[in-house]
Amino acid sequence: MGRRRARAGYFEPVRGGGAAIALDEVEISILRSLTVQLLELIGPGEQPAGDDADPLAALFAEGPTKPPEDPALARLFPDAYEEPADASEFRRFTENDLRARKREDALAMVRKLDAGGPVLKLTADEARQWLGGLNDLRLTIGTRLEVTEDDSDELYRLPDEDPRKPMVMAYLWLGGLQESLVESLLG
Amino acid sequence: MGYVSVAPVEIERPESSEAPYQVPEPDVPWVTLVHNDPVNLMSYVTYVFQTYFGYSKGKATKLMKDVHYKGRAVVSSGTREEMERDVQAMHGYGLWATMSQDR
Repeated sequence: MGRRRARAGYFEPVRGGGAAIALDEVEISILRSLTVQLLELIGPGEQPAGDDADPLAALFAEGPTKPPEDPALARLFPDAYEEPADASEFRRFTENDLRARKREDALAMVRKLDAGGPVLKLTADEARQWLGGLNDLRLTIGTRLEVTEDDSDELYRLPDEDPRKPMVMAYLWLGGLQESLVESLLG
Repeated sequence: MGYVSVAPVEIERPESSEAPYQVPEPDVPWVTLVHNDPVNLMSYVTYVFQTYFGYSKGKATKLMKDVHYKGRAVVSSGTREEMERDVQAMHGYGLWATMSQDR
């Protein structure tokens, strides 16, 4: 698990549940861009085939039986069983729902970011969705960067010209955001 | 006496689609395991254990430390259906969880 890395950009608790944060335009733009990329990675939801589509069909639509090949997606949608046949069966009936949840969490973030800053005030429900969305972002970026638990990892000492540097900075920033949101929700 | 075949009688055995070695033992509980990973924050993992399972801060923190330092921890036990629900919930939170029968 990652350790706390305090950085600028903190959530603060709001009376009655929820949390608030002040973000400048650049921060909002970066966070929105990352979240939209996450949405593109997760993929579109099941679209109705047309007006005459059977509304029940979606209810019985089966999901995939194999883990995603993309390592970040495989981390977002892991196997539930070590035994492959059980894992496949479980995935078939659950992955679509899991994708829908992660999509909705990310969409909730985009909606709030589009509502404009500088102060974003999240209800308790929105805060829970942001917590899930921020975590999915960190899982995705962390998998891409191949982060380890080693705090002295070379990732944190990259020279400025390293192409990974901006993503490492974003990863650390997102960690600070998430940490402060957890603390805000636990009070 | 009518026609008698000497061919061996073919007895149709119903073939199970389930793996033959996975004989379910209904009285043996299932467990949900959460595995360590380098990304999830300690505070977030503790938050999930408190929020989803309703565990006290102390118990949630102990489980989080077990995950972190021992590599994994049993976070709940029950029927197979209950554990499937818990594993799916953990995946929803982004924790790396699996389930197995506690033999």
